[in-house]
Amino acid sequence: MFVINCPYCGERDQSEFSCGGEAHIVRPKQPTELSDDEWAEYLFMRKNIKGVQFERWNHAHGCRKWFNMVRDTSNDKIHAVYKMGEKPPVI
Amino acid sequence: MTKYRINKTRFVDQTKTVSFTFDGKKYHGFEGDTLASALLSNGIHLIGRSFKYHRPRGIMSCGSEEPNAICQINDNTDLTEPNVRATEIELYEGLKASSQNCWPSLNFDIGGINNLISPFIPAGFYYKTFMWPKSFWKKIYEPLIRLSAGLGKSPTQPDPDIYDHKHEHCDVLVIGGGISGIISAKIAAKNNLKTILIEDKNILGGSTIYQNNKNFIIDNQKSNEWLMNEISELEKLDNLIIKTRTSLAAFHSYNYLLAKENISDHLPLDKKNGSIRQRLWKIRADKVIVAAGAIERPLIFNNNDRPGIILANSVKKYLDFYGVSTGLNNIIFTNNDSAYETAVSLFEKGISVKIVDIRKKSSSNIVKNAEDLGIKIYWNSTVVNTFGYKKIKSIEIMNLSEDGSNVTGNKHKIQCDCLSISGGWTPMVHMHTQSGGKLDFREIDQVFVPTEKSENHINVGSCNGDFELEEIVKNTNNKVKKFLNINEGGFDKISVLCSKESEKKNIWLLPNTISESKTKSFIDFQNDSTAKDIKLALREGFKSIEHVKRYTTTGMATDQGKLSNMHALGIIADTAGVKMGTLGTTTFRPPFTPLTFGAIVGRSVGKFFDIVRKTSIHEWHVQNNAKFENVGQWKRPWYYPINNENLHEAVQRESKAARDSAGILDASTLGKIDIQGSDASEFLNRVYTNAWSKLGIGKCRYGLMLNEDGMVYDDGVTTRLGENHYLMTTTTGGAANVLSKLEDYLQTEWPELDVYLTSVTDHYSTASICGPNSKKILKKLFPNKDFSDEAFPHMSYQNAIIDKIECRIMRISFTGELSYEINVESKYGKSLWENCIAAGEEYKITPYGTETMHLLRAEKGFIIVGQDTDGTMTPIDLQMDWIVSKKKYDFIGKRSLYRSDTIREDRKQLVGLLTDDPNEILEEGAQIVFELDKKPVDMIGHVTSSYFSPNLNKSIALAVVKGGKKMKGQKLFVPMENKNINVTVSDFIFLDKDNKRINA
Ligand SMILES: [Zn+2]
Repeated sequence: MFVINCPYCGERDQSEFSCGGEAHIVRPKQPTELSDDEWAEYLFMRKNIKGVQFERWNHAHGCRKWFNMVRDTSNDKIHAVYKMGEKPPVI
Repeated sequence: MTKYRINKTRFVDQTKTVSFTFDGKKYHGFEGDTLASALLSNGIHLIGRSFKYHRPRGIMSCGSEEPNAICQINDNTDLTEPNVRATEIELYEGLKASSQNCWPSLNFDIGGINNLISPFIPAGFYYKTFMWPKSFWKKIYEPLIRLSAGLGKSPTQPDPDIYDHKHEHCDVLVIGGGISGIISAKIAAKNNLKTILIEDKNILGGSTIYQNNKNFIIDNQKSNEWLMNEISELEKLDNLIIKTRTSLAAFHSYNYLLAKENISDHLPLDKKNGSIRQRLWKIRADKVIVAAGAIERPLIFNNNDRPGIILANSVKKYLDFYGVSTGLNNIIFTNNDSAYETAVSLFEKGISVKIVDIRKKSSSNIVKNAEDLGIKIYWNSTVVNTFGYKKIKSIEIMNLSEDGSNVTGNKHKIQCDCLSISGGWTPMVHMHTQSGGKLDFREIDQVFVPTEKSENHINVGSCNGDFELEEIVKNTNNKVKKFLNINEGGFDKISVLCSKESEKKNIWLLPNTISESKTKSFIDFQNDSTAKDIKLALREGFKSIEHVKRYTTTGMATDQGKLSNMHALGIIADTAGVKMGTLGTTTFRPPFTPLTFGAIVGRSVGKFFDIVRKTSIHEWHVQNNAKFENVGQWKRPWYYPINNENLHEAVQRESKAARDSAGILDASTLGKIDIQGSDASEFLNRVYTNAWSKLGIGKCRYGLMLNEDGMVYDDGVTTRLGENHYLMTTTTGGAANVLSKLEDYLQTEWPELDVYLTSVTDHYSTASICGPNSKKILKKLFPNKDFSDEAFPHMSYQNAIIDKIECRIMRISFTGELSYEINVESKYGKSLWENCIAAGEEYKITPYGTETMHLLRAEKGFIIVGQDTDGTMTPIDLQMDWIVSKKKYDFIGKRSLYRSDTIREDRKQLVGLLTDDPNEILEEGAQIVFELDKKPVDMIGHVTSSYFSPNLNKSIALAVVKGGKKMKGQKLFVPMENKNINVTVSDFIFLDKDNKRINA
């Protein structure tokens, strides 16, 4: 169980958080303009990387804020946390 | 003193006798004994039978690695515990232990027949032998396996013991209280670091604490005496917590560790009462120092499993720690120097001892010591066989060939009553690997040692592969200093003298004159897998160590292969002709030793197992005989039986009353979300399928919420309380998830919207009154209020006052009846409810539960999300096209509603079903078919809701059927176990299609 540094609250146990999957997948502004394939790409396709992955996390049992986190899924090392809307760091 | 208690030690108090029973017979031991040492002091070696062949087995070790001596403790139905290692349980007055896995008795055992037929029980025999004929399974194979297999008995009554959980944070956690752990803890604590030292035994000191040998000297003292002083100094340190009887269970990432503390297991029965039994510590440590030690390896030779064959260092511990001799005529069989310490100890206590060593010589001090004492040593020799059924009586040895691959010369028989074996040492790398650490293979002594990479933990002492006393002390001091960034360790100038081993030799499977197929050289003693099984698995094509392990069950018993895994790997490597380091190891999974379920769940048992949510009206329901149903964590009234009514009878009565006069439902559990902000209307437009901008203040609207994939997610009525203020209701079970989903969109996709969400589910209680007389009851409750359709139409809301309490009244309906929902602050919920009941008395107002609610809404064809939908239903599938706005540019899930898959016409669609026999009630979940004759039968749908409607006097059902929209009037079948039920597809609104009742 890792320790996550919530950008709003500081370090807390992982049990307070929930993971929301891959980060930086923006909901299309005009879904109706998209083909089935393009919409399916947004809806279903996720990278599921073994290694450094950009993820969304929610401090569900805390401030309830969503934020982004860079985690190496092979060893759970957390490289960075940053707020929604902030630029992803270069890892 | 008994014959085998030959030595007085400071660890066992021989003035305090403790009585216990084993297999019903009474014995005596002393305070400080384990069950194993007490049994051995009484000359008892035979403890149980092996799992597969039912061979007699005895105590083999003195710790958690014990594969054989596992017992059933206690004989009462609630406290009895199977699979307890006799080597780990501290003796207490009144302890009752018995052998297990040996029906009908320890000394006469029918399963021993397996031993005779063992050529027919090869590796994977469970997979092979019992495959056919199929008919033999139920009557012959299974009862046979069940009778003779199994490890002990589970308790049949709930566990009365109390278990505890505690969280702890520290700067440094030291795992293991042997010499390296003690040095580490002292350095850390002396440097102002909050330190915890855990040790699974009842005292600190590891194997050094009984190392009373002149070859091992620290600062001019024998190592045990030096360590004794260190421990007494350690106990004076302020910022050090020492936890004995505490074993590490798991080492997770980010230095999160679980440790189990035995608090009262060692106490006599009368002192256990009321005490916490075990405590699970959840420790977050800044730094972890693993000093877990090493486990002695057995040697693999023919018949190496007889009672009386014991690991050499365990023999030494029984002698020097417990004062018990495991035999009076010992032979030591070794491939290394450490067993000579046992030989010297035995000799010094006047016990006969001889040594068989596979090496050609050794020039170390300890070996010289043994030679000087005149102990007979058979060099370059191996044991090829052992004799004695229930206890070892003699062995046969032979010389080894030059390269060690074969035996030469004549067999030589030697009598003995105990054979001490030592195959070297295996560092306990479990903790290191559990935390994600990697291992390197060290060729010279054939051990896996930790690869040090982590900044957050290190391994010291023998678990790090340091086996000699000098390197243990000095390396620990240096490593810990560096790890903790400390200049002065306190052990920098220490002088250590010790015997050093220079000759090393290891043969994983010792050679024999007879072919392997005729030998029984055990690798995994508890699961009875032998070297021959491993080789068979390799011949049959298994290559991966993980596969061989599972096929032969090596390392899969309750000891998790602590003694066997290395030999299995070694034999695989030798047989396959590959280097051992290239094979890798099997995965070391937590827990290190088995944990009780009690320790895992702690206090979360009984009523603390899960949160129970009750409405403020709950007590009234209890007093009025409600039966409850769990909806999420909520307790909701299910039905209110009168005079022994069953569910069906009560629901029929409640349903009829609600339609004929008045019914009342506690609707407080529905999720409620308060939505405010200047963009609240726009927000609702985006999350619901229908349009919200034009909803007037004071009006209510039903909304359907989809997932982005177009599938129905939740539904409920939302009321516009003000210009920028809405109250959304959700399903009872969906409340938390809906809030999370809405927050997610607001924070991540639409941060520009000015919207604030607050969960107010628990803030309000809701009484929902329905039926033709509901308006009259509301008038009685709120005499000043105009309830005319003009003043208070359907789907609108008004504020009102009752007993000076403000309430919100919504005229909305989930039953199809004229209906009002009255919301008050929760603290007034019960008084509101009682007012409603009093006002409704003259109309025989009938409280109804969830079952009646479900029936009433089914009559009206209203869906329940999660019952009539299952995450694969679009609003179109539900024939709810009317609620999907065509005008709105976008809402969650809109684009998915015209994906190629969602526009298929043969999707499962919601329909009504009527049984040809109106009294036949379908089973919910029953499958629906079109043709009965076709094989295999195509299942085209299933029943989602089914009831007998008292108001229509017939059975009704909702179902989802492929292409069901176009099937009205179609005859279908619902095949059941004993019959096929004929049904006809109908409209799914069964009652009051033109809404006369709602607008009554
Ligand atoms: Zn937070």
